[in-house]
Amino acid sequence: MIDEEFNVALLEKHGFLSKRESIDCLTVDCPPDRLKELVLSLRDEDGFDMLVDLSGIDHGEDEEPRFSSVYHFYSLVRRGYLRVHVACPDNEKPVIPSISETFPAANWHEREAYDMFGVEFSGHPDLRRILMWDDYPYFPLRKEFPLAGIDTPLPADDVAEVTKASVEPAPMMGGPFVSAGEGPMSDSEPRALDESWTEESEKPQ
Amino acid sequence: MISDEVAYNGKVEGDVIVTKADAVINWIRSHSVWPMPMGLACCAIELMASAASRYDISRFGMEVMRFSPRQSDCMIVAGTVTYKMAEVVRRIYDQMGDPKWVVAMGACASTGGMYRSYAVMQGVDTIVPVDVYVSGCPPRPEALLDAMIKLQDKIGRESSLSNLRKPRGACAG
Ligand code: SF4
Repeated sequence: MIDEEFNVALLEKHGFLSKRESIDCLTVDCPPDRLKELVLSLRDEDGFDMLVDLSGIDHGEDEEPRFSSVYHFYSLVRRGYLRVHVACPDNEKPVIPSISETFPAANWHEREAYDMFGVEFSGHPDLRRILMWDDYPYFPLRKEFPLAGIDTPLPADDVAEVTKASVEPAPMMGGPFVSAGEGPMSDSEPRALDESWTEESEKPQ
Repeated sequence: MISDEVAYNGKVEGDVIVTKADAVINWIRSHSVWPMPMGLACCAIELMASAASRYDISRFGMEVMRFSPRQSDCMIVAGTVTYKMAEVVRRIYDQMGDPKWVVAMGACASTGGMYRSYAVMQGVDTIVPVDVYVSGCPPRPEALLDAMIKLQDKIGRESSLSNLRKPRGACAG
């Protein structure tokens, strides 16, 4: 069981943790240099034997700290979750220690967070991009990156040469395409957010 | 009278068939279009459905899905083509023997579909020449069958010799 008593005991045991507001499970802030130690003892002593999710966050260009990483642990013994939030101290070159030694499941998740946000996981055995191709120059889920994309050469030079194709910004045509989320399907299917403009015709003033 | 079609009436013509080389060759080609299933996303499920018994693409001589590009004639691009995958699609297209055709199945393969994003190629015709586009997200199997019949018509109209080697270069774009 994970109850208030357990939470208090956990926070006391790891004095470097600070509690964060949360509407569901216990959420804590952990300084990056204590992360590996925390994760090891969560796994071996506190019964959090499963890493459910690991993702990056970009809080916004002017935020301090800008990048962080969030970990969800599940305890199969206690049947409950714990959320750990780790902020990167440096906005220019965000680094967090890798936990893939303790939880091998973190390996690909960390690669994804690196691919999308440029957060480096120090000590990761194989920190390569996982979704975009290796020499893609941007980190697409950062706030300043446009959804439509940025002009870039195709990953394969020979294919680009024959086809004259390149990575071009996608036409948004009044997008992004979002669903209203409620009402009958015919009204709520995804459509351009603002249908008054396209790439060809300017937005009316 | 020499017919454009392959037709044979034993009573009138005896053991001899008179026709045009184009008509025969194209008839053979269009009735054994072996598809290369380029299943990249959800549309591939409908492609599988069209091959299964309910829709039965083999009625048109196209049931032999070849997973080797060397043995196939028509690449059915069924799904979302990301920029990372585009290279692979083009390489597989290059490995197919001539003459070869491409069907862009579904909104994603035709135009990028609902994925207006940095990762998705806005239509596979940027890297390979597409012969038939199929609308729908996903298209029903009947729509794919219709496209394949259109492709048969198209093959029937082509000159059987000059398309032995199609131009390598860029595409409709
Ligand atoms: S067109 Fe629709 S069904 Fe087909 S691959 Fe794209 S999203 Fe999936």
